[in-house]
Amino acid sequence: MTGALSRVFPIATVVAAIMVVWYGFTVYLNSPWQIDRYEKAGIEWQMGDLVRDTMAHDRPILPAPHQIVVEIWETTVEKKITSKRSLIFHGSVTLSSTLLGFAMGTILGIGLAVSIVENRAMDKSLMPWIITSQTIPILAIAPMIIVVLNAVGLSGLVPKAMISTYLSFFPVVVGMVKGLRSPDPMHIDLMRTYNSSRLQMFLKLRLPASVPFLFASMKVAIAISLVGAIVGELPTGAVAGLGARLLAGSYYGQTIQIWSALISAACMAALLVGVVGVISHVTLKRMGLRA
Amino acid sequence: MARDATISRVIDAEKLSLTFDANDGPVHALKDVDLAIEKGDFVSFIGPSGCGKTTLLRVIADLEHPTSGSITVNGMTPEQARLERAYGYVFQAPALLAWRTIERNVGLPLEIMGLSAAEKAERVARTLELVGLDGFGRKFPWQLSGGMQQRASIARALAFDADLLLMDEPFGALDEIVRDHLNEQLLQLWQKTGKTICFVTHSIPEAVYLSNKIVVMSPRPGRVTDIIESDLPAERPLDIRESKRFLEIAQRVRTGLREGHSYE
Repeated sequence: MTGALSRVFPIATVVAAIMVVWYGFTVYLNSPWQIDRYEKAGIEWQMGDLVRDTMAHDRPILPAPHQIVVEIWETTVEKKITSKRSLIFHGSVTLSSTLLGFAMGTILGIGLAVSIVENRAMDKSLMPWIITSQTIPILAIAPMIIVVLNAVGLSGLVPKAMISTYLSFFPVVVGMVKGLRSPDPMHIDLMRTYNSSRLQMFLKLRLPASVPFLFASMKVAIAISLVGAIVGELPTGAVAGLGARLLAGSYYGQTIQIWSALISAACMAALLVGVVGVISHVTLKRMGLRA
Repeated sequence: MARDATISRVIDAEKLSLTFDANDGPVHALKDVDLAIEKGDFVSFIGPSGCGKTTLLRVIADLEHPTSGSITVNGMTPEQARLERAYGYVFQAPALLAWRTIERNVGLPLEIMGLSAAEKAERVARTLELVGLDGFGRKFPWQLSGGMQQRASIARALAFDADLLLMDEPFGALDEIVRDHLNEQLLQLWQKTGKTICFVTHSIPEAVYLSNKIVVMSPRPGRVTDIIESDLPAERPLDIRESKRFLEIAQRVRTGLREGHSYE
């Protein structure tokens, strides 16, 4: 029990500290408007009233944590999944394009890394473009991808997933290239003394050596896939997805809705990274590597 | 194996030179090395760092290419010998693949050569027993001590039954007790298998204890300064290192090293 406690305690401390600061700011940021209202209505007010009322706004500048929790509860547990206001519905839309984009990005990344490591010409020509691709702000290129793909008849899930792919292939390429090149010269010499073929060198040495690097990259890739999916949902006219909830919320000043979508996205990212982490741990352990 | 009259000649080098191009001018790693190694020899290469002893071993293994001179391994060019898997190579570090168990590490060369699963299993078991690691096949490398890991790497080099064993300071990183033990075992292994062994070391007692031929080398440029034929008996208990004859040979090696090496 002490083991679990010693793990939970530091996290709980940080969460508690964030809560204190958050509630403080909720009162501080929402009070000018509240005081203004008291004065217009000629209401006598105490500090206690102010604290209570600043945490009960419909459209606060900063909603209190419990308001967000209530909103998330109402839009997940108490709403039907088919409802347009259900966070589960929007979350699953975002999740599906995140996962599709992540899968495509990982496959693309591995493919590019293999061609870079195995082919000198690819190494020289490809890497600069891959790096350049990531210097373009995703917010600028996302609408272009949506528009262009729409023009060729692709709409819905795939264009959004493409934006996730665009972001997520990069860490996979970088990590995988490093991983495939990670065997030390001694191992490469060893394989040469066996007169091993290039394919054997790849399958028996480079590929297994790259696995820990691949998983480290995939943890980054899945988190930015989610960012890509959300960004991809913004220019689609805010139809569905967490990105759409963010955009709709900001149209109508629904700060609680924005924050609940934000928190859900953060939780989803943590969950996804956690799942990759567990798969990584199990795989490396089964490979006999100390993960 | 009977190819021609020089059947017993495993390695034959004449005027072998190798120059590396470094940023601050050429480095003469080997210069005019003449060397003949007969079948069944245990040859130690000894010298200070930079004398080219590892480079020479790597030339034999076709991991480096000489700039001039000629060398044959089993009567072939080193490349042909490598392609025919004529030798097993043991590196300074065990160089085991971390994601493979010991038996799969030892089986790696056999796997690359495309042996059947049954033959592979049989040979792995046999070589693991030969190096005293039977029962450890299912362990991962990190679960073994440094000495056991190096023994596993020797097993790996022996697994495919090459007649020539090239060993590059295999016990350099081990403590003296483990080293003594492995030296004894290696000697027994050599007597049991009759393999030709080329052994790089910078330890004089190790070289004298193990070999029947000691090649003393010196640096800048890397060259052979003395070749000592040892007449120690084949049976060598560890305390032979206290005998008069042993110390005489060790003294000759030491003198050779000192002459070849200037400390200015």
